[in-house]
Amino acid sequence: MLGTGLIKGMAETARNFVGSYFEADRLTTVQYPEERVPVKEAARSFPFLVFDGEDPEKGLRCVACQICEKECPPQCILIVKDTAKKPDFVGKMQFQPKIFDIDLSVCMSCQICVEVCPFEAIKMDVDFEMSRFDRFEGLLIHKRELSKSNGHFQKIHPTDAAAVDANLAAEKAKAEAKAAAEAGAKAKAAATAAAATIAAGAGAAAGTPATKPGIALPAAPAVPTSKPPTSPALPLTMPGQPTTAPAAISFVS
Amino acid sequence: MIELADQFFVLSKQQILLLMPVAAQPLASVLLSIIPIIGVFATLFALTTVLERKGLGRIQNRLGPNRVGPFGFLQPLADGIKSLTKEDVVPFRTDGVLHFLAPVLVMVAALLAYSVLPLGRNMVALDLDAGVLFFFAVGASTELAVFMAGWSSRNKYAMLGAMRAIAQMISYEIPLILSTVGVLMTAGTLSTTGIVEAQSGYSGLLPNWYVLTPWGFAGFFLFLIAATAEANRSPFDLPEGESEIVAGYFTEYSGFKFAMFFFGEYLGLFAANALAITLFLGGWNSPLAILDWVPSYVWFFAKLMGLIGLSIWVRGTTPRMRSDQLMNFAWKFMLPMSLVNVLAAGLWRFTGHGFLGWFVCGSLVAGSYCWLGVELSTKNSLKKRVYRFAT
Amino acid sequence: MNLDLAILSLLIGASAVAAITLRDLVHCVLCLAVTFAGLAAVYLRLGAEFIAFSQVLVYIGAVAILALFVVLLTRTGEIENQSRFSLQKLAPLAVCGLVFTGLAGAAWSSSLRGSQESVAASIRLRDVGRELMSAYVLPLEVLGLLLTAALIGAAILAQTEEPNEVENPNGASSHPPAKPH
Repeated sequence: MLGTGLIKGMAETARNFVGSYFEADRLTTVQYPEERVPVKEAARSFPFLVFDGEDPEKGLRCVACQICEKECPPQCILIVKDTAKKPDFVGKMQFQPKIFDIDLSVCMSCQICVEVCPFEAIKMDVDFEMSRFDRFEGLLIHKRELSKSNGHFQKIHPTDAAAVDANLAAEKAKAEAKAAAEAGAKAKAAATAAAATIAAGAGAAAGTPATKPGIALPAAPAVPTSKPPTSPALPLTMPGQPTTAPAAISFVS
Repeated sequence: MIELADQFFVLSKQQILLLMPVAAQPLASVLLSIIPIIGVFATLFALTTVLERKGLGRIQNRLGPNRVGPFGFLQPLADGIKSLTKEDVVPFRTDGVLHFLAPVLVMVAALLAYSVLPLGRNMVALDLDAGVLFFFAVGASTELAVFMAGWSSRNKYAMLGAMRAIAQMISYEIPLILSTVGVLMTAGTLSTTGIVEAQSGYSGLLPNWYVLTPWGFAGFFLFLIAATAEANRSPFDLPEGESEIVAGYFTEYSGFKFAMFFFGEYLGLFAANALAITLFLGGWNSPLAILDWVPSYVWFFAKLMGLIGLSIWVRGTTPRMRSDQLMNFAWKFMLPMSLVNVLAAGLWRFTGHGFLGWFVCGSLVAGSYCWLGVELSTKNSLKKRVYRFAT
Repeated sequence: MNLDLAILSLLIGASAVAAITLRDLVHCVLCLAVTFAGLAAVYLRLGAEFIAFSQVLVYIGAVAILALFVVLLTRTGEIENQSRFSLQKLAPLAVCGLVFTGLAGAAWSSSLRGSQESVAASIRLRDVGRELMSAYVLPLEVLGLLLTAALIGAAILAQTEEPNEVENPNGASSHPPAKPH
């Protein structure tokens, strides 16, 4: 019969129309600026630099190794090394970035910088309201603005941050133990050996532990959130030394 | 008191005219009729755009516009300011004069139609002896405006849209006019006020509206369907099928000219609905005798809002028709149905308004509806198309 | 001579001249529509509402649109090459002149000429209908018959391919016949 389909359809739309006033679950619209959907933990928008402690200058984890700058597919990162060094979380003297800029208009939120960073220094933020009034300068985000505390990281990605923190704490403990053992060995050596052989003894002590991380490599990928294979080696090798970087890259890719 | 409330606008116009010098009175009388009509229907247009968007939103389980002003009711103001301040882009190769004239003609034709619509008791701008004919004559010139818009744009999509619109308007104009013939025969006049007066009074509880007769009921819906097609609204919105031909004949219009097309389209819809009220729903007459004290214009606008709501509802429900379905529906269902309806209206006059009339006219209308409906849905159309040249 | 009638006849004359002289055929048809509208205004001015509105409905709403369709569906390339004035155009001009002379003569010799009182201020529509159904019923029916014949003819013209399609679902002869399933 002609017209029955139309009547059926109109009954359906009438049900929708009336129902939208009485059944709250019909309306799926979120009134955005006032209401918000809670951000998913896996969300990612734009990278930021993590710093420990209170001072973003002092606690910045970034050591200006420039791996992320080289890896970034759209080349949106600019890093200039500072000449001065500062101690990192285990107390080792490291380089620091003088300039660290990310171009917001170029970044494609691919997270590759996070994947390649051996220092857990760059992570993805969840903030998506990043519109600027300035089309050119405003879209270039500088180091000061990029630096966010580890507390922020723990807040937005709790699982990820806990794994990173545990990893770093373990490394720090290992480094401290090693430093203590080394100090003990050194004291013993100083006591026993002659002053002329000090330099040679130190060189041998530095050379032997350096092979250890190579043995630890196969077990490392069991921890997915960080890059353990390279990180144990780092406190012992010279920071900024180019030999470690290719190893890390080839492993990741 | 009731009389005063009913005739308030008529009396106040007379009072204002008396204050004028005699030489200025004819012009002032014309202006006092025209300006309120334009003002009221422009406001109604603004209101309808926001109600339509909210209603369609609710039908789709959305909220609709709710940002500008209280509950979003100032949205048309924002839209108006936007369309006024937008750049008026005229493509380089357009036919300048025609491109400019087309939206003007659409508006003029739509506004002229209001001059014969009785908005209340004694509230008609121009009480013509051939009012209904005037309405259709004015409506017919919209086709020319649509063609001018499509052709002058020098855009193939605009041209296609204009061609579709004209084909559709010509096809549906015939059932549109034929569906009113029954009313004209029964009322014995072409004057809109005369038709409204012929529907005044009550038989029992029910009013003497033509929609409450078998032929009037069918005629009312035939008229509404044809009027929807004339106004290019869903499901007959092929001329602006945005999935195929960008925006139809106003592809190359922007800024305020586009707003004028939009305005003209809605004015045409209101005018068609108002004529449906005048012809079938008793115009400004009240539905119940005990509600006679409510002013006549209130009834008119209440009915108008009801029909506008119905058209929003239909728009929210129906998908767009295919071109061949559109033409089949016009020529194989609407046209024979409206012809049968004329016959039924004639029979109604001679069989009397009792049981016999209801039986004869009702079975004639219902029987032909069923037969034509079965014919349409089984034999003539809706079967798989055979393409002759496409593989 | 009334001023409004003078303006109207000027409009009608100008648009009619434009309709035969303009280069663009679509412009010509639109000018023709203006002529029709002017004629309707003249009818309205003379108090003949019904014929004025019928003029708009039929001539602007249908005939002008039909003319536009004809213009768009036919090729106009050859017309452009002709010069605007040619001997061929003299013949229709002569015919037009003859028709005009005849009509003007009839109007001049009419008994109504010079009489100041108008026949009827405004003809009531009911009377028009009554006249059509009594005195002029035969012409009306003949016109109806003619239009019906035209309608049937158009339907037959549009339907010529129907029997062919029943035998061969693919229709056109250039295509191989469909294989039976």
